[in-house]
Amino acid sequence: MIDFPEFLFDALLVVLVLLFLTVVMAIIRIVKGPTAPDRVVGLDTINTIIIVSMVVFGVIAKSIIYIDVAIVYAFLSFISTLFIAKYLEGGEF
Amino acid sequence: MITEIIIYIMLAAGVFFNMLAGVGLLRFPDVYTRLHAGTKCTTFGSIFIIGALILLGLKALFLEGNTDSSILVIHSGVALAAILLTNPTGAHALARAAYKSGVKPVGAVVDDLEKKPKKVKTVNVEKEIDKKLSKKEAKK
Repeated sequence: MIDFPEFLFDALLVVLVLLFLTVVMAIIRIVKGPTAPDRVVGLDTINTIIIVSMVVFGVIAKSIIYIDVAIVYAFLSFISTLFIAKYLEGGEF
Repeated sequence: MITEIIIYIMLAAGVFFNMLAGVGLLRFPDVYTRLHAGTKCTTFGSIFIIGALILLGLKALFLEGNTDSSILVIHSGVALAAILLTNPTGAHALARAAYKSGVKPVGAVVDDLEKKPKKVKTVNVEKEIDKKLSKKEAKK
């Protein structure tokens, strides 16, 4: 695949570490969150950041399959968010 | 050389906005403001980070003639389109669900969705006249 320079490799690793720091912040919100919608908001944020970090990791590991998995993960997390929202809203499906 | 500088700037901007989303999730007082931070900031940051990777693939494709990197460009673009389509829709559904499950905005003075519009009593004039007339006839 792509042979990119060594310093870009290090920069992408730093990007991954900072993204996982953001995931840790969202996990703190999930543990603390006073109501159920708070926790779902944290979960939604974690899903988006996981998609981005999967794409970054696919470039680091030089294999496209991670990016394909990220596409499928995006749509599945969207469907799960919609169903949780429907459940919180109450009423019939 | 200049494309690498642009890639670094875009990566830094994307990471900055994604971390703003995390800080906003921790600091905001309310479900709706947390949703505002956690969804819009991650969408904007994802555009920058995946855009930097697409730019990396385009550079390898056009400047170095590496045809394998076109796969990276197309698949990253599809992943970015998936994020851009699904993220605002999910946020809208979540905000609606949070309002319907009874969470009120903190510090909000006016709540437009709370009160239903007043029902105006409509009077059918002909029926009223008929009623009065029938009462008079019953008296006679």
